[in-house]
Amino acid sequence: MHWNSFSDFLHMGGYGLYVWGSFGIAALGMVLEPLLVARQRRVTLARLARQWRAERLEKTPEETTPSPGEAP
Amino acid sequence: MNWFKFSAPSTFYPLAGRLIPWFAALAALFGGVGLWIGLVVAPTDFQQGEAYRIIFIHVGAAWMSMFIYLVMAFWGGMGLAFKTRLSGMMTEALAPTGTMFAFLSLWTGALWGRPTWGAWWIWDARLTSSLILLFLYIGFIALTRAIDDPRRADRAGAVLLLVGVVNVPIIYFSVQWWNTLHQPASLSVGKGSSMAAIMLWGMLLCTVAMWMYSIALTLARVRTIILVRERHTDWVRALLAALPAQNSR
Repeated sequence: MHWNSFSDFLHMGGYGLYVWGSFGIAALGMVLEPLLVARQRRVTLARLARQWRAERLEKTPEETTPSPGEAP
Repeated sequence: MNWFKFSAPSTFYPLAGRLIPWFAALAALFGGVGLWIGLVVAPTDFQQGEAYRIIFIHVGAAWMSMFIYLVMAFWGGMGLAFKTRLSGMMTEALAPTGTMFAFLSLWTGALWGRPTWGAWWIWDARLTSSLILLFLYIGFIALTRAIDDPRRADRAGAVLLLVGVVNVPIIYFSVQWWNTLHQPASLSVGKGSSMAAIMLWGMLLCTVAMWMYSIALTLARVRTIILVRERHTDWVRALLAALPAQNSR
């Protein structure tokens, strides 16, 4: 173990702002990006499923109506 | 084993899904050990004090920003040459992660440059070519999103990637070709390492963690892209039909 105390660790020999500014933004980016990807997936799946159902509803009547004898 | 089988989106989709947890776990494992070494075990640098610890993020991010670009250029070239559908999906999936690492490399570079050089930014060869790399990523995303037809977007994007790939060796060798403020590589193929072993291990583990992270993220993103682009195929329709209703409001 290299550090004497936790405040020593945070202080980083006077370079705390630079060191934690680097690690902090890296952590933020590498946490936010997976969350955004997961959200994008949820939103996209919902949209595609909605589109698919809408398409199916549009098609169904056309496919079922022309039964023999009933046609005008 | 027929590798071309996996270039079909329908077979790549489930494969990617199975691989994601493994790469995510490896990223967490290597990242945890790497950060422990980098922040807790590694001693103070005799020249730079504690400021040098930025290396554990900076080098990995810079390497990944260049490597991801090379992988994108590879897929772009494959797409132009063989018209494989997966190539365009891969470049689209890789671009955001590459952009993030290009930004991280510049950001951590600025925070390292200030205490060691006395400047956040200078227009030297290494820094300028790295900034151009970030602009190439942003340009790629903007260009491909501006074109509606995915096949045309992929082709235009691939051309941009292949033209821009010349920038990667310029970044890598800039510290040798020009007189720059940026320090030369701490690790090179011919000369080995100029770092203390423990620092080197921390840096390598952090880099491998970022690598595994990039693979996991890209696979996760490409799965969504595959669904969007292949939405008119039978297998995607079957998959959508099988979705539970509350998931697909």
